[in-house]
Amino acid sequence: MAEVKKTFPIKGMHCASCVRVLEKSLSRLEGVSSAVVNLATEQASVSYDPQKVSDADLTSAVANVGYKAGLESELKTEDEQRQEKQKQLYDLRNKVIVSLFLGALILWGSFPGLMDIAPPLLTNSWVQLLLAIPVQFWAGWEFYRATIPALRHRTANMDTLVAIGTTVAFSYSAVVTIFPQLVESIGVKPEPYFDVSTIIIGLILLGRYFEAKAKAGTSEAIKKLIGLQAKTARVLRDGKEVDIPIDQVVIGNVIRVRPGEKIPVDGEILEGESSIDESMVTGESMPVDKTKGDTVIGATLNKTGTFLYKATKVGADTMLSQIIKLVAEAQASKAPIQRLADLISSYFVPAVLMLAIATFVVWYVVGPAPSFLYGLLNMVAVLIIACPCAMGLATPTAIMVGTGKGAEHGILIKDAQSLETAHKVNTVIFDKTGTLTNGKPVVTDVVGDVLQLAASLEKGSEHSLAEAIVSKSESEGVKLLKVSKFKAIPGYGVEGMINEKKVILGNLRLMEREKIDISHERGRLARLQEEGKTVVILAVNSKAAGLIAIADTLKETAKKGVEKLQDMGIDVVMITGDNQKTANAIAKQVGIKRVLAEVLPDQKEAEVKKIQQEGRKVAMVGDGINDAPALAAADIGIAMGSGTDVAMESAGITLINKDLASVVSAIELSKKTMRTIKMNLFWAFGYNIILIPVAMGILYPFFHLLLNPIFASVAMASSSISVVSNSLLLKRYKI
Amino acid sequence: MSTDKILVATLGLVGIIFTFWFFLMKREKEVSVENEVDITVSGGYSPEVISIPKGKTTKINFLRTDPTDCLSEVVLADFKIRKTLPLNQKVSVEITPQKVGEYAYSCSMNMYHGKIIVK
Repeated sequence: MAEVKKTFPIKGMHCASCVRVLEKSLSRLEGVSSAVVNLATEQASVSYDPQKVSDADLTSAVANVGYKAGLESELKTEDEQRQEKQKQLYDLRNKVIVSLFLGALILWGSFPGLMDIAPPLLTNSWVQLLLAIPVQFWAGWEFYRATIPALRHRTANMDTLVAIGTTVAFSYSAVVTIFPQLVESIGVKPEPYFDVSTIIIGLILLGRYFEAKAKAGTSEAIKKLIGLQAKTARVLRDGKEVDIPIDQVVIGNVIRVRPGEKIPVDGEILEGESSIDESMVTGESMPVDKTKGDTVIGATLNKTGTFLYKATKVGADTMLSQIIKLVAEAQASKAPIQRLADLISSYFVPAVLMLAIATFVVWYVVGPAPSFLYGLLNMVAVLIIACPCAMGLATPTAIMVGTGKGAEHGILIKDAQSLETAHKVNTVIFDKTGTLTNGKPVVTDVVGDVLQLAASLEKGSEHSLAEAIVSKSESEGVKLLKVSKFKAIPGYGVEGMINEKKVILGNLRLMEREKIDISHERGRLARLQEEGKTVVILAVNSKAAGLIAIADTLKETAKKGVEKLQDMGIDVVMITGDNQKTANAIAKQVGIKRVLAEVLPDQKEAEVKKIQQEGRKVAMVGDGINDAPALAAADIGIAMGSGTDVAMESAGITLINKDLASVVSAIELSKKTMRTIKMNLFWAFGYNIILIPVAMGILYPFFHLLLNPIFASVAMASSSISVVSNSLLLKRYKI
Repeated sequence: MSTDKILVATLGLVGIIFTFWFFLMKREKEVSVENEVDITVSGGYSPEVISIPKGKTTKINFLRTDPTDCLSEVVLADFKIRKTLPLNQKVSVEITPQKVGEYAYSCSMNMYHGKIIVK
């Protein structure tokens, strides 16, 4: 095994002794022949045997002595891989040009009709042999290079088929050229088929070139996400602002972000405010206003203000890193629909080899003269037309594009199985609080001039309804009054003295207890309660002065999201712990007909199972924390992301943008992806099932039709390209 | 039927039987792995079948020495791992299987196969 030399950056070096320590530690590794560390450039150059030493070994040897090797930087590996791929593509392009050019010359000199106007030199078999040799053994070398080690493993792949097919055509032509009398003796006209072997190689390599280019597009999403990462952070140290590489930021660092800059890592704003474009991570197109205490997400774009914030998550814990991990895992997973394709493709190549042999035998034994030639050319056509690659690419390429597309719009799909299940969903159950609603009560109606008194009283209360009243007064600029003798009456309300008047605020029971006449407010009270609102009554000196209604408000997108789902023929159900009245009121507002009210959190899972027993495929949409068991019990759990945490174990799909319309988008994306997969599989299998028998010559007895091996190679090359291109079409789908 | 046709038919039949036996009847030797295993990626995976213990973390080091593009990615779908294998560079993955069973893995085009048996 050849030695490999690698140069990589070392972080944390500051003196000459670091050099010695590092060199010693690296040299001690078994398999390392030399290690040179340069203090000036802060780099290490190591020569080693890659079979004995891995990047991880080098990294830990450096870490053991207290430094950090820049070997695992994802961006660097990406860069290296890109360069490697580009070089491969460049080599491939050269091979395609040379083989198609030489193939065209041979075709000109050998194709009936064309050969009459060809220079005599090109019609010479020996010249054709000389032109075919570089195509067969230089351009076509990669087919042999893949076939030989595969045969050692007793496996065969597409390269095996192409290598055998072109070798048969080339060898036969070489024999015809060198020993024409030998072929004549068996009654066959000595005509070489170098055009077949060369053009097949040229066209298949051309197909591979386009396929490689298209395939690179299927994994673009991850690269895009990695590219979002900021490179540096402006950290405050001893009162000064210092730019440091992002991987050196630690939790607790205070970072300054200016307008137009990327936010380096996740954190919490300490000072200042701004409008932040989070679309690249959450898919939410409107910029979000943030101020002190709000969380910010790394890799999002600061638009207008300058602020200081404290890093709370760095490295692999940031939201972006978690998204990248989740998408990468989803793209590595396998959809159940792929199992059959996998099973078939594992038998496919040997089956084609057996069919090719059978084709030659049948043509030779029962075919018309020259039966040897017919058998040979049809056998080559069978070997060339079979395309196992299209079957192998059909599902994974679509999954990769589909999951990537989702991630771009804040829809994180856990695995291929979730993506596949989502398209079968016919019932969506929404949890009410925090999913359909904002989960935060607000004042919706104020009857009478009571807000000032109510807010002044509630200022001292900690009840969630009190918070709603106080924030309403703040938003309306109401001045609060001084309260004395404040008293909270648990289960009823509050009371206190304002401007020497006794003010009480609370529910109907409190009014009854205090024997306050509310008969003139009863009608309004009932109507507000019908709307699912919680109503409190304010009384001054034992006389009712007015009402305040409080309710959890619907999310802006709730109604539209539910309507869209219903338009798709999906039943929508709401589940909540609230009483039937409140639940019905909310359900009516969004247009949900089936309501499961007064369901305790631990009963939600059972309710989901009940609906499943009705034969429905259920998606449960919840916040992912309180609803975890219900999400896990559903056929697919859809979690509305919270904060910067995207690791939702129980959910198959996580919506980072908390937008209900994304539930529709996720189901539609799943439908589109599945349609693409089915089209791909239909094309890949249909292609092989129809064209292999045609190549064998099944149409010959009826129509005298045979498939020229050159056309077989055109069909073969285009079949995998069409599958990958079809998957790439998913990118155009608008979410 | 003439002699040459009988000969071709017989050889063809032998060829078909041989192909079936060679590719589809192979029995791979199972290599038992304790903590770490090196798998060479060249025309397939060597060793092709490994057995590892349940509930323990096993490190698998892939070293691709074969430039065939098909082998440039390895997919361990059951463990949600898809790794690019740069040529002549060791790439390690760690798995901690929780269930006993057979887990197949393959190249990204599903042409080359390997198997992990969890015991």
